[in-house]
Amino acid sequence: MIRFDEVTKVYRGTARPALNSVSLEILSGEFVFLVGASGSGKSTFLRLVLKEEKPSSGSIHVLGQDLGHISSRKVPYFRRNLGVVFQDFRLLPNKTVFDNVAFTLQVIGKSKGFIHEAVPDALQTVGLDGKAQRFPHELSGGEQQRVAIARAVVNKPAIMLADEPTGNLDPETSAGIMALLERINANGTTVIMATHDAGIVDRLQRRVIEVIGGRIVRDERGGGYKTQATPIATQGFGMTPAPAVPPAPPSQPAAPAPNYGLGGRS
Amino acid sequence: MRLGLVMSEVGQGLRRNLSMVISVVLVTFISLTFVGAAILLQMQINQMKSYWFDRAQVAVYMCTEFSTVGGCDQQVATPEQVALVQAQLEGETLAPFIDTFYFETQQEAYERFQEQFAGDAVADLITPELLPEAFWVNLIDPTQSAILADALGGLAGVESIVDQRTYLEQIFDILNAASFTAIGIAALMLVAAALLIATTIRLSAFSRRREIGIMRLVGASNRFIQTPFIIEGVVAALIGSVLAGLAVVGIVQFFVQGYLAETLPLTSFVGLSDALLVVPILLAAGALLAALSANVAITRYLRV
Repeated sequence: MIRFDEVTKVYRGTARPALNSVSLEILSGEFVFLVGASGSGKSTFLRLVLKEEKPSSGSIHVLGQDLGHISSRKVPYFRRNLGVVFQDFRLLPNKTVFDNVAFTLQVIGKSKGFIHEAVPDALQTVGLDGKAQRFPHELSGGEQQRVAIARAVVNKPAIMLADEPTGNLDPETSAGIMALLERINANGTTVIMATHDAGIVDRLQRRVIEVIGGRIVRDERGGGYKTQATPIATQGFGMTPAPAVPPAPPSQPAAPAPNYGLGGRS
Repeated sequence: MRLGLVMSEVGQGLRRNLSMVISVVLVTFISLTFVGAAILLQMQINQMKSYWFDRAQVAVYMCTEFSTVGGCDQQVATPEQVALVQAQLEGETLAPFIDTFYFETQQEAYERFQEQFAGDAVADLITPELLPEAFWVNLIDPTQSAILADALGGLAGVESIVDQRTYLEQIFDILNAASFTAIGIAALMLVAAALLIATTIRLSAFSRRREIGIMRLVGASNRFIQTPFIIEGVVAALIGSVLAGLAVVGIVQFFVQGYLAETLPLTSFVGLSDALLVVPILLAAGALLAALSANVAITRYLRV
């Protein structure tokens, strides 16, 4: 589903790479926590998956496509297979909840009929039916994040990227959001979530990828925020190349979910 | 559906950026008015050229008793010399180039002079003896006056050969200079208009950066994101172009036809049909300019 091969990203004007020869594979249907200090490279990882940035070296495959070989004209169509959620929600303040979610579909040219079916559906999924005509400023933070999640899933993406989605929320609201993300994951969507929230990571016991200084220092299934049950690169902490061995058989092809595949569109 | 969405985006953008849009309208209005004026001036020049050049004659002036230049020696051209020139004009060499010609005596020249300068002090000083006899020649091709100069220039009794077109050239030079000035101003203004449109579009994009960010995130195609901005620029520029078109038509209708044509009834001026020919040029130029500069601006803004 997502494969990084020796990916290094050096931002212009900086000497230290944001990601340093990272290799990993994330399979379809996985729920992955991306943990690490601020500036460790989590957001760079997500931006690379979205093709908002180009890697300085190495190759990235997402949904069976080599991102290095997608022309910039095709990038928008690629992104339609990804849903993204941010810490700061990024809703449009002058649009209602319904319109915020519908906007996603409008701008990719979906029909009115489709929008009027899909949007209430997505709002129901996130537990916001009945608040469709509210404006973002009338909602609590948790509800706003639910709107953002509804917007991310309304197009039924194969992959959902969440960049600290609970960063602005209190623990109780966060738990609600996490339950929602787990439900979305249970429906087959691959979820990759960057977070600082140790409580959530410890409680969910999912695959955890820890990044320090642009290198993967831990990749364990059922891990916690700090535990290092199966350390794979503890020696050196980024001083020596960390051979990030994917725990799953790497030979298995990253097959895109049939409904979300690009093949039908391009 | 999508068209409606694009148009509502355009409307929002225009309203949100009203002051910038007005400045774009004004700058395109002024610059295209200059373009239109320059085009009309060129049309006027061409019209006058074809009108006057066809009527322009070549004068073969014979000697008077005061002239010292050419083949003269302060001697009035003798009837024999006049007859020789006439023979030449009717001769095999020159006849194919000549449409018509006539001879003007000193007395006739004097009467024409008095008529032209009636009321002027100089009219009282002139006597028929001061004015030369002349052959007025209409050439078939008015540009070939050099042939006459070659053939008749050395003859005794011929003072000079003057192509009236050389007087006209000066007038046209002035008109040409005026039209090139107008084109120069128009070019500068068009550069300003293009930059202003680009800035306006960038501002508009900046004020909608949230929407653009989300659109890019959810995979709206680049063209879908860019189209509203380009249309926005084109609409603003088109309003300016329409105003410029109206101004050009107004200038022709009220100034050229209403004032100049009344004052100088003998000259033919550009008419409303010429002005209406210029209007679509202005509209196309305005739309094209806006589309290009808006496209460049928004593409640079959205570069991944």
